[in-house]
Amino acid sequence: MSKLAEYDGPILEIDKLSISFFTRLREIPAVMDFSCVVQPGEAMGLVGESGCGKSTVALGVMQDLGVNGRIVGGSIRFKGRDLSEMSAAELRDIRGNEIAMIYQEPMASLNPAMKIGKQLMEVPMIHEGVGEKEARRRALEVVTDVKLPDPERILKSYPHQLSGGQQQRIVIAMALMSKPALLILDEPTTALDVTVEAAVVELVKDLGKKYGTSMLFISHNLGLVLETCDRICVMYSGEAVETGSIADVFDKMQHPYTQALFRSIPLPGADKNARPLKAIPGNFPLPHERPPGCNFGPRCDYFAKGLCDIDERVPMVDIAGDDRHRSRCLRIDEIDWHAPVEASQTTARTEPGNVVLKMDKLKKYYEVAANALFGGGATRVVKANEELSFEARESETLAIVGESGCGKSTFAKVLMGLETATEGQIILDNRNIEATPIQARDTKTVADVQMVFQNPFDTLNPSMSVGRQIIRALEIFRVGRTDAERRERMLQLLDLVKLPRAFADRMPRQLSGGQKQRVGIARAFAGGARIVVADEPVSALDVSVQAAVTDLLMEIQRENKTTLLFISHDLSIVRYLSDRVMVMYLGHVVELGTTEQVFAPPYHPYTEALLSAVPIADTKVEKTHIVLEGDIPSAMNPPTGCPFQTRCRWKDQVPGGLCEKEVPPQRTMAEGHQVKCHLSDEILRGMEPVIKVAAE
Amino acid sequence: MGLFILRRVWVMVLTALCLTFVVFFLTNLYPNLEKLAKTQGNMRMTDEEVARWLDNRGYGAPILSKYGQWLGVWPGWTHETERGVTGRCIDGLATPEQAAGAPRFCGVIQGDWGYSTVFRDEVSGIVGTRLGLTGKLMLWVLVLMVPAALAVGVLAGMREGSATDRTLSTFSIATTATPEYVSGVIFIAIFASSAVGLKWFKGTATSAMEDANFENFFLPVLTIALYGMGYIARMTRASMTEVMTAQYVRTARLKGVSFPNIVMKHALRNALIAPFTVIMLQFPWLLNGVVIVETLFNYKGFGWTLVQAAGNNDIELLLAVSVVSVIVVLVTQLISDIGYVYLNPRIRIS
Repeated sequence: MSKLAEYDGPILEIDKLSISFFTRLREIPAVMDFSCVVQPGEAMGLVGESGCGKSTVALGVMQDLGVNGRIVGGSIRFKGRDLSEMSAAELRDIRGNEIAMIYQEPMASLNPAMKIGKQLMEVPMIHEGVGEKEARRRALEVVTDVKLPDPERILKSYPHQLSGGQQQRIVIAMALMSKPALLILDEPTTALDVTVEAAVVELVKDLGKKYGTSMLFISHNLGLVLETCDRICVMYSGEAVETGSIADVFDKMQHPYTQALFRSIPLPGADKNARPLKAIPGNFPLPHERPPGCNFGPRCDYFAKGLCDIDERVPMVDIAGDDRHRSRCLRIDEIDWHAPVEASQTTARTEPGNVVLKMDKLKKYYEVAANALFGGGATRVVKANEELSFEARESETLAIVGESGCGKSTFAKVLMGLETATEGQIILDNRNIEATPIQARDTKTVADVQMVFQNPFDTLNPSMSVGRQIIRALEIFRVGRTDAERRERMLQLLDLVKLPRAFADRMPRQLSGGQKQRVGIARAFAGGARIVVADEPVSALDVSVQAAVTDLLMEIQRENKTTLLFISHDLSIVRYLSDRVMVMYLGHVVELGTTEQVFAPPYHPYTEALLSAVPIADTKVEKTHIVLEGDIPSAMNPPTGCPFQTRCRWKDQVPGGLCEKEVPPQRTMAEGHQVKCHLSDEILRGMEPVIKVAAE
Repeated sequence: MGLFILRRVWVMVLTALCLTFVVFFLTNLYPNLEKLAKTQGNMRMTDEEVARWLDNRGYGAPILSKYGQWLGVWPGWTHETERGVTGRCIDGLATPEQAAGAPRFCGVIQGDWGYSTVFRDEVSGIVGTRLGLTGKLMLWVLVLMVPAALAVGVLAGMREGSATDRTLSTFSIATTATPEYVSGVIFIAIFASSAVGLKWFKGTATSAMEDANFENFFLPVLTIALYGMGYIARMTRASMTEVMTAQYVRTARLKGVSFPNIVMKHALRNALIAPFTVIMLQFPWLLNGVVIVETLFNYKGFGWTLVQAAGNNDIELLLAVSVVSVIVVLVTQLISDIGYVYLNPRIRIS
């Protein structure tokens, strides 16, 4: 059960790999003509939108494609041996021993009914035949390596007793138990919060160096790949379209898709008015509806009829002068890659109008039974929101930022009337609405305050046509007198969200994610909403679609003078579209100010950490690395004093342990800029900016 | 945990009280009582005579008082005539002095379950012996049914869509779709009929009451077990297929764990959580089957007693049988809840 013999070639060579899934109807090619090489100690990033085949490549390497999947061409060689020729027993020896994998959802990938220790010990016991004692010793060692506190206790606990970040560390520990030669990471941090993500990414990088492991890092997040990988491979619709070193691909991209991708993500410098994002037009083709010729052809700005749509696969070609930089485009030499972005339409900045919504010391506490199933006994109070005070004006975008558990969704619920406030006021047009549940609100109020939800896949009724769902909202808001009028209004709403009118008769399952979210937006604006709470409206969507949906929201807002409360954890997009930003931590507003004020020093220490944790896909950006220790404390048992004191790196700058004793007061730093911190003015003013853009 | 069980027991007691009251009310409806009076007294009694007969025996009291007496929380009725005193807690006719010495309460709580008019015996004794006999039957049913059903379910579910899966699934659907009175008759015809059958087993289980052996006891056990087995097997299979596609099973597979170990160590415990509740819910169903099978095989157990009591308007026996059934159902539910907590660490008490 030892490792394969030493081999000094590349760890992984994938050559012209094609993988298809076979259904009763047809063969669906998932990956076509994919080649890539991973050298020892190298980290390869695999980037693309969902459905582009990146996870299929990973499972192909693992030879675990399920019953329907089959490798139909090409080869995968691991340390020089063809994996597809190995027997089941040989494959078992390699899996978990030589190639290990880290998965997207840590909770789902750990066995819920098995103790952590046992799951970890299994690896060396299978592959090296060591005894239980030795296995336990090693498990303890690895758990210490992934920086988990109290390893003994962790080994004895079940997965559900750990937080998401801890679970992911356990999955990483499990993968590293046998010191594999190749580590495959399939979106390892997508399910985690940004600050936790930053810590996990740093851990993976350090351990990769320590053990000399090669990595195949799958992600849709270009910024993350920039931070972790040496080389990158961009995939589109089953094909690799561009591959090369990070520097080459990020700065000297040679494929229209890569270029379009970079232009559609909000990088520092993008601005919703002066430099709007450029969404990629059209939709991602389904595997069985791929166009002839170049897959990206129909969405490409440089599309040439008669060249790009000839039914022949476009080959990968080397880019002269660069190190292993290849691209799959027929017009590489014709396109001027350095041409500046076509100035898309710029709009004038809209001035915020009157105050429409005012929150005053809003509090929301939940009382929960200490033990939900076995009931009774003491109840505990979850302080979901503490003293929220702010104003929102007409046609203003106020972003609410924070990690999961910070109380941003609770706040949205209270505003919507799904919950009533414990204390404080919500004033909408000089009326108090904090104590009125949604059933008791009049139609006007309900129509005025609407919501766009995070997950467009779950929020549409699957058995009702799109038009019907919008008409239903119109009926409820008492818009239009007759059915014909309402139908007309519904078609106008479809125009508003730029969906073809024919979509009215479609069912939600026939729509893509971005289209569904547009329907969700149309529904929210059905009653002429004046305040729209957008709860992470684009985080479930693909990068190329995100820009289009964001722009749509902005456009509707400009026309209707809507107040947009944009709840998000993605600081890049917040910076791009919001006028003011409110940062929340454990139910407290720790910082509130205009976007420029929040994104520049002086920061609240939490904002500083949050900013440094966000991966930015720009090689010119330099970031200070601040890694927060530990997890977000539970709202059931918040720390005394300042909520952030358990993780704050500035804590020792405050004399007399004040942070542990008192909740800091809300301090006004500048006009409209409030920070909740004990740090002295000098220290706050002396803070360095976290994100620096190097001069070009 | 103790508090949890205590609460559950309290809820159980409340449920039992409500259910027994319903049964008590229904069995004590006037037509039933009239029929009782006429079978015990005289078929040609007039209406007044019936009323007097019932009054003399305490049946005339309001329903709540009667229920209280039956439970043993209300003083038992007494009836004085010039010949002596009769009463709920007094055997036959007694002098006033004897009557004064008799206990005031005598109901289920005091262990007095009443007198069966069919068997002419104390109800508690009858229920005790019959329950013992049915317990023996049930034990063997469980011994056969549970392991077989789990094995079938796990084998079918571990490779969804395979030939094994289809064969076993067909088998389990067929068994569940065949009620006991059909399968029982078929088994008797095939294995026990003296004319055409194989004569492997006996068609009656009467002798199994004293001395159960494979020959006289297998058919009734098999008949009940098969019916319940298909259902449990289907549930286990569904749960198993779901678990086998779970991400943590993929994790295990990509960790290099061999297939038998994946099934045994990783999948099994998770797959058993759902069927465990179903197995426990099967108990009430089995009681159903017991009624049919015991009558069919002439095995004089609990189900057979129920049929006798119901058929002969034996109120006290019927009540006792109902109470025992209610308790059996509630206790299995309690066990199912506790077992669920044990199998599923996610809801274990912190």
